[in-house]
Amino acid sequence: MGMTMTQKILARHAGLDHVEAGQLVEGKLDLVLGNDITAPVAITEFRKAGLTQVFAKDKIALVMDHSTPCKDIKSAQLCAQAREFAKEFHITHFYDVGCMGVEHALLPEQGLVAPGEAMIGADSHTCTYGAVGMFSTGVGSTDMAAGMATGLAWFRVPAAIKVTLTGKLQPCVSGKDVILHLIGTIGVDGALYKSLEFAGEGVGELSMDDRFTIANMAIEAGAKNGIFPVDDKTRAYLAGRVNRPWEAVEADPDAVYDQEIVIDLSALQPTVALPHLPSNTRTIDQVEGTPIQQVVIGSCTNGRLDDLRQAAAVLKGRKVADGVRCIVIPATQQITLDAMAEGLIQTFIESGCAVSTPTCGPCLGGHMGVLSDNERAVSTTNRNFVGRMGPVSSEIILANPAVAAASAVAGCLADPRKL
Amino acid sequence: MKVYKYGDNVDTDVIIPARYLNAPDEKSLASHCMEDIDAQFASTVEQGDIVVAGANFGCGSSREHAPLSLKACGVKCVIAASFARIFYRNAINIGFPIMECPEAAAAIQAGDTVEVDFGTGVIRDVTQDKTWQAAPFPAFVDGIIQAGGLLNSLKARGVAR
Repeated sequence: MGMTMTQKILARHAGLDHVEAGQLVEGKLDLVLGNDITAPVAITEFRKAGLTQVFAKDKIALVMDHSTPCKDIKSAQLCAQAREFAKEFHITHFYDVGCMGVEHALLPEQGLVAPGEAMIGADSHTCTYGAVGMFSTGVGSTDMAAGMATGLAWFRVPAAIKVTLTGKLQPCVSGKDVILHLIGTIGVDGALYKSLEFAGEGVGELSMDDRFTIANMAIEAGAKNGIFPVDDKTRAYLAGRVNRPWEAVEADPDAVYDQEIVIDLSALQPTVALPHLPSNTRTIDQVEGTPIQQVVIGSCTNGRLDDLRQAAAVLKGRKVADGVRCIVIPATQQITLDAMAEGLIQTFIESGCAVSTPTCGPCLGGHMGVLSDNERAVSTTNRNFVGRMGPVSSEIILANPAVAAASAVAGCLADPRKL
Repeated sequence: MKVYKYGDNVDTDVIIPARYLNAPDEKSLASHCMEDIDAQFASTVEQGDIVVAGANFGCGSSREHAPLSLKACGVKCVIAASFARIFYRNAINIGFPIMECPEAAAAIQAGDTVEVDFGTGVIRDVTQDKTWQAAPFPAFVDGIIQAGGLLNSLKARGVAR
């Protein structure tokens, strides 16, 4: 019986020739990730257990991105705890304010992830890195502590859903629409415990940034991970970033899938998810005109350069509507520099947007854009759960960057193709 | 041993809202547990109470603060039709009991008195006089639970120092 991409990577890291769905394996890790919310809990557990060694100081990444630049005293104390740990154990990849970015945009940019590798991260959107053809999955703080100490993690080998992509995306339609469409089709637990294995000629039509967005939200379908095959676009992205050798995997022709889904990219429309689940999707024509008070463009889902280009193309020469606050957050320092070089930041500011240093802030209702009672936001982030960005009466509508920008201009949910 | 009952897709943002993640101590986490889905929960929950829910319990953010907050409240276990996978791992890793049983999750009502036997996986609703069998844990996972959590099990094996 053949193996999927995910199964091959897990087999390789567990030192086995073959694994099957449902099998429990212990795998070696190429990287362990944590942030300023999850790492402190892991560090506390690490110390409480009396552990004194990390498995590899250059295979741990600590990114201070959630509550930073620190929003309050307690957050500052958590960052200080992570900073002290990084210093004590000589952690190579410690990213503090000034060089940090939103972790899942930062790590690929810095060349810390590569095809065929396996990693865990104490952040649910760690599944993002499947875009480069690796196995990466979100875990909690105790798994992170164990991973830092041993370089090992236990996994139940996932069964798989094959998602075959055909055709090519239309203008103002992007990776966000692909993944929202998929989640709307299979539901928020449609891929529970499984991997989403992307395939088909349509993959080659997607930019790397689109692939990151799609893999990023695999968790929103309940998936353990999402993974793409490696092609010329992947290799071009990795060139100059990843200097160590890596080995891509391909799915066996006779790999077993629980389910197969085909998505014609050409047929997709701008798609949004209404409150309060990412699966509550509509095409934009069904919901145009819904009033909003805030727009957020950024996050690990949609804070990359392609995303900012799409938003700026809509905002260029236009103004954010009265009564709407539009917050733009480039996901890393490099993305900010690139956006400046292309004039995107100027476009945002001239349009009346607030532009921020990198942070996860508003996505989880932390800071830099918390909502008030009964307010509604259009956001390029990944979750629209009750209370996610503010009080329980506030609402989030998930959208792609072009729809978010058009909505900021119109003051209501809007189709960028009709502005 | 009273039951609190919730629906499908109870996410970790409502179990412990992100605005409280800057204070990850047990007392603080317990005082805000379930705040955005049930504002009365933290003030009425008692040691040994049980949470029953539908499918995909604990979906969303990987925050281990979610099972930690339920554990800190004195919740004895969560019985659900299914669990989101990160919550499932986290609960096992910190030694917080969870039981997967769609039939029990559907039948048990809020306020029922329920008894659970983690050794056998038997769930008994005393109020309704019904019993169910929860899905057993694989031996590897059971080993982590028996050791008192993941870090203890790794130390016992000598792989973590």
